[in-house]
Amino acid sequence: MGKMLMKGNEAIGEGAVRAGCRYFFGYPITPQSELPHYLAKRMPEVGGLYLQAESEVASINMVFGAAGAGARVMTSSSGPGISLMQEGISYLAGAELPCVIVNMVRGGPGLGNIAPAQSDYFQATRGGGHGDYHLIVLAPASVQEIVDLMQDSFDLADKYRNPVMLMGDGVLGQMMEPVDLGEEKILSIPEKSWAATGRMKREKKNLINSLYIVPENCEVHNIKLGEKYKLIASGEQRWEEYRTEGAELIMVAYGTAARVCKAVADLCKAEGMPVGLIRPITLWPFPGRRISELAETAKSFLSVEMSMGQMVDDVRLSVNGKKPVHFYGRVGGMIPAARDVFNEVQFILSGGAR
Amino acid sequence: MKKIFSRPESLKDMPFHYCPGCTHGIVHRLVAEVIDELDVFDRAIAVAPVGCSVFCYEYFDCDAYQASHGRAPAVATGIKRVLPGSVVFTYQGDGDLAAIGTAEIIHAAARGEKFTVIFINNAIYAMTGGQMAPTTLLGQKTTTTPFGRDSEINGSPVKMSEMLSVLDGAAYISRVSMHNPANVAKAKKAIKKAFEVQMAGQGFSMVEVLSSCPTNWGLSPVKALKWIEEKMIPYYPLGEFKAPSEVV
Repeated sequence: MGKMLMKGNEAIGEGAVRAGCRYFFGYPITPQSELPHYLAKRMPEVGGLYLQAESEVASINMVFGAAGAGARVMTSSSGPGISLMQEGISYLAGAELPCVIVNMVRGGPGLGNIAPAQSDYFQATRGGGHGDYHLIVLAPASVQEIVDLMQDSFDLADKYRNPVMLMGDGVLGQMMEPVDLGEEKILSIPEKSWAATGRMKREKKNLINSLYIVPENCEVHNIKLGEKYKLIASGEQRWEEYRTEGAELIMVAYGTAARVCKAVADLCKAEGMPVGLIRPITLWPFPGRRISELAETAKSFLSVEMSMGQMVDDVRLSVNGKKPVHFYGRVGGMIPAARDVFNEVQFILSGGAR
Repeated sequence: MKKIFSRPESLKDMPFHYCPGCTHGIVHRLVAEVIDELDVFDRAIAVAPVGCSVFCYEYFDCDAYQASHGRAPAVATGIKRVLPGSVVFTYQGDGDLAAIGTAEIIHAAARGEKFTVIFINNAIYAMTGGQMAPTTLLGQKTTTTPFGRDSEINGSPVKMSEMLSVLDGAAYISRVSMHNPANVAKAKKAIKKAFEVQMAGQGFSMVEVLSSCPTNWGLSPVKALKWIEEKMIPYYPLGEFKAPSEVV
């Protein structure tokens, strides 16, 4: 199959279907609407279900039920709706249920606006809901990568029995790019012997649960989850590097901001400035190991975000004081302009500090 | 000697954690008896709420889920849509179903979700210490209505069965009571009918069970049953609010 033009939001839907997802529960919100529109048509074609819930609170709990029953299931929303889902996401993490949650981030806080933003980074990577837990968070930067990462999202969710969040924004959702969907793959979805499907002569009952009333037991559960997160943190860090070899200044940016920074790296190259880019693909686990290595050779870092400075905390933790870490951000639905980021890079390289 | 009574097989052999005189244990037994009699144990799935009956997943021996507060109908929706051949029931109290989970129960009924809801109405939040529930009667003293529920401040108690029965998706809605053996027998019939309606694919089914809470009502178990009869039933009339002309 050749390349075809697809909108990012539709690519999420098609990527999910090709990853074997057959259940979608969601509530309308901008800027992710094309995704439910697409799946409302597409799911019935493949024998799946698109169900519009009465709220995001209901959506995420429908996901809880469907995931517990062993299905590949997803929901999608944007900032305010994701906030409403947080209790349910905590329950999903606590009960170790695999599912995929899409957040097409918009400007906040509060009702904010419907323009692209990256201001939900803390919420996504620090847990978001109550209790000690982590989501695996993936951040695509192109429509093709959306398709590829949807497959990975469902696979990672099943592999670790953990909710996975795909973080995009209005730009990625709305823009059209050529994608190669590839051949439909034979899926290998792991057996879910833990799923509560009715006992069907099974010797032991299966229970989908996050309640551990005895503190000793709840501690054991938390430690077990912690061991799982350690495993994910060491084995699943993903990133892309661009012009980092010999770079004195390394920009760190993901998603839409990373696309801008790639153009900045090219501008710098043309001007003979040694500037590279590291683009985290997993926001959690954050690719700190590689950034720490790069801190041995690079002279400084610049975190470029569509927020007031959230990921920059992770960059600082990774650099661990070895080199200066700077920040440049646009907020409220504004996208950094390549020329402005370039000026900031020039300022830093000339020894300027803010 | 002929054995005339035993623990239903769908119920585990373990002590309940419920207070003396609480009727949760009876309702658990009725549900388990119905699962046994309909021979659906192997495809039965229980969804537990947050509240006194949060541990009902320990007592029912079938597969089970523990849902967040009020969201059991959404969880049950997810389960039943994935496993249409299963027999799913939620077990929820009045705070869970009629306050925090009002949206979920209404929309599950409106969609005609094919699962059964066992709704325990004891007019109080029991697990958290006897606070006012949406179903608390006017004048009823609770820890958060120490002078009695006042409609000027707290509004009037919510009649869920009446509300849900106007929805097209609701196929069977019935209110029963635990206050004496004759009514316990009627309750079992209603629960069985609700499961049969679900299995026939006729739509949403709910049985509201008027139950006692001697601990938080500050009454002896016997007086608490009297209180159901004398105070609750006049406000919450018993009977079928909606039923299919026949269960297919």
